[in-house]
Amino acid sequence: MELTDIAIKSIYAVIVVSVLMGFCSYAVLAERKISSWIQGRVGPNRTTLPIIGSIPYIGRFLTRLGVFQPAADGLKFLFKEDVTPGHVNKVYFILAPVLSLVPALTTVVVVPFGYFENAAGEVVNLVLADLNVAILFLFAISSLGVYGVVLGGWASNSKYPFLGGIRASAQMISYELAMGISVLPVFMWLNAPGTEGTLSLVDVVNSQGGALWNAMWMPGSFLIFVVCIFAETNRLPFDMAESETELVSGFHTEYSSFKFGLFFVGEYAHMLVGSAVVAILFLGGWHPMPFMTWADFGVHGWLAGVLSVGTMIGKLCGFMFFFMWIRWTLPRFRYDQVMRIGWQMLLPLSIANLIVYTFVIYFLERP
Amino acid sequence: MPIVVKRKPLTFLEKLYIPEIVRGLTVTFRRMFFGETVTLEYPEQRPPIPAGYRGVPTLVRDPEGREKCVSCQLCEFVCPPKAIRITPGEIPADSDYAHVEKAPKEFDIDMLRCIYCGMCQEVCPEEAIWLQNQYSMSGYTRGEMVNNKAKLYELGGTLPDQHFKWNKKKEAAENGGGHH
Ligand code: SF4
Ligand code: SF4
Repeated sequence: MELTDIAIKSIYAVIVVSVLMGFCSYAVLAERKISSWIQGRVGPNRTTLPIIGSIPYIGRFLTRLGVFQPAADGLKFLFKEDVTPGHVNKVYFILAPVLSLVPALTTVVVVPFGYFENAAGEVVNLVLADLNVAILFLFAISSLGVYGVVLGGWASNSKYPFLGGIRASAQMISYELAMGISVLPVFMWLNAPGTEGTLSLVDVVNSQGGALWNAMWMPGSFLIFVVCIFAETNRLPFDMAESETELVSGFHTEYSSFKFGLFFVGEYAHMLVGSAVVAILFLGGWHPMPFMTWADFGVHGWLAGVLSVGTMIGKLCGFMFFFMWIRWTLPRFRYDQVMRIGWQMLLPLSIANLIVYTFVIYFLERP
Repeated sequence: MPIVVKRKPLTFLEKLYIPEIVRGLTVTFRRMFFGETVTLEYPEQRPPIPAGYRGVPTLVRDPEGREKCVSCQLCEFVCPPKAIRITPGEIPADSDYAHVEKAPKEFDIDMLRCIYCGMCQEVCPEEAIWLQNQYSMSGYTRGEMVNNKAKLYELGGTLPDQHFKWNKKKEAAENGGGHH
């Protein structure tokens, strides 16, 4: 690879990661705002900036909306005292938050987020690395995120984090299976006999362009996958590892300041990547509506780039909202219920779903 | 008579989870966009204080501006946590109220000690000390949390009481004979 290629890729990577971080911090704000609206509160509405905050109406509106809050949160995480309790295993204690953030950021590499047409009219996909085994890479790396949680729980050397870590690993194992099986129909449909085999996410999106979105004719897969995503990202109602009412705050009880911030950002990065994967696999990626692509609307060139990325971000935000909406609606499952749902309901359901769609795909006329 | 709540067995739809989850989601969605906000944004908005609220103890004046406290020190004596400290003082002979004999020279209430029990108000024969609706006290030092006499009168204001007991006493004394 040429040196300039590497430079361009690095710049892309930095941009993508910083955009992702920005999304993370605003996702935290959205979480706080949505929770407060659902609970009849107002949420963060005081933080303000010297100049922008004093613009007559806009400044006040932004302040009430809490737009400046993430800056304050971030600074707080940076400058608060970082307590490392004496009874912890120092190396792993420090390693754990890093381990939970890095996989989340790594998976972004294979997530495509749009396309544009260059001067020659060729379609260029906006993705850091269009791997042919993207989905496998994604599942493999994102499941490494749980090591951060388990390690954090174990290295903390105290009861609640330990229990949180154990729960996280059990939950991970239980839901990974159902999740993997539930996406198989999507790829079976993609890899029709006679075509070149692919597991690339870009191809998944393209296969949904000008056709039904996968969620529409595979609602079973979609539902199982979404439930598993909730479990994988440790979100309520599956936040066994954290469950603040039972385990104080689970695996990160002993963490403070910046290390806690890393866990926090890691969770939201996982959510973002999860939402992006749902949008790509089941909700048509950057295609604006079923049976229509941007090209069908007559959009070409760089405008297609803007609109496709916009659509993708729209779907991503929509699903993030769904994540939060669910969190403030459903109470947490009990640990045994989580295990029962995972092994006795989702796993058989996903296998049945696989069998049904094997036949559906076999008999279905290909367009 | 205990009330037995009958629990209906779940119907098939309810056992499926999903419809019930959707129902829950609609509830929270309605709350999010059409629900009322119940937050009281504290420093700007204050809760209404009910009558008879026991807030910070204060000293009051009567409508003529005379300080009602006669420095009898009953409140100091009764105060359970010993939050009150009074130094009694004479009233100067040329004052209109010289006949009252005494007034507090210093009157400190330590708000770090006060338990807002209201005993001082209860015991005061002159209705001079009142627990009013002030409820938020804060300061950076212990010293700031001690209300001195000036502060107590500032917080207390005037008691609109037209009784003027001491005027009657004075009249009675000047006309000879006791006042009842
Ligand atoms: S309210 Fe109670 S504790 Fe406070 S000054 Fe009066 S008697 Fe003392
Ligand atoms: S406030 Fe009342 S009880 Fe206390 S010293 Fe004055 S007159 Fe006596």
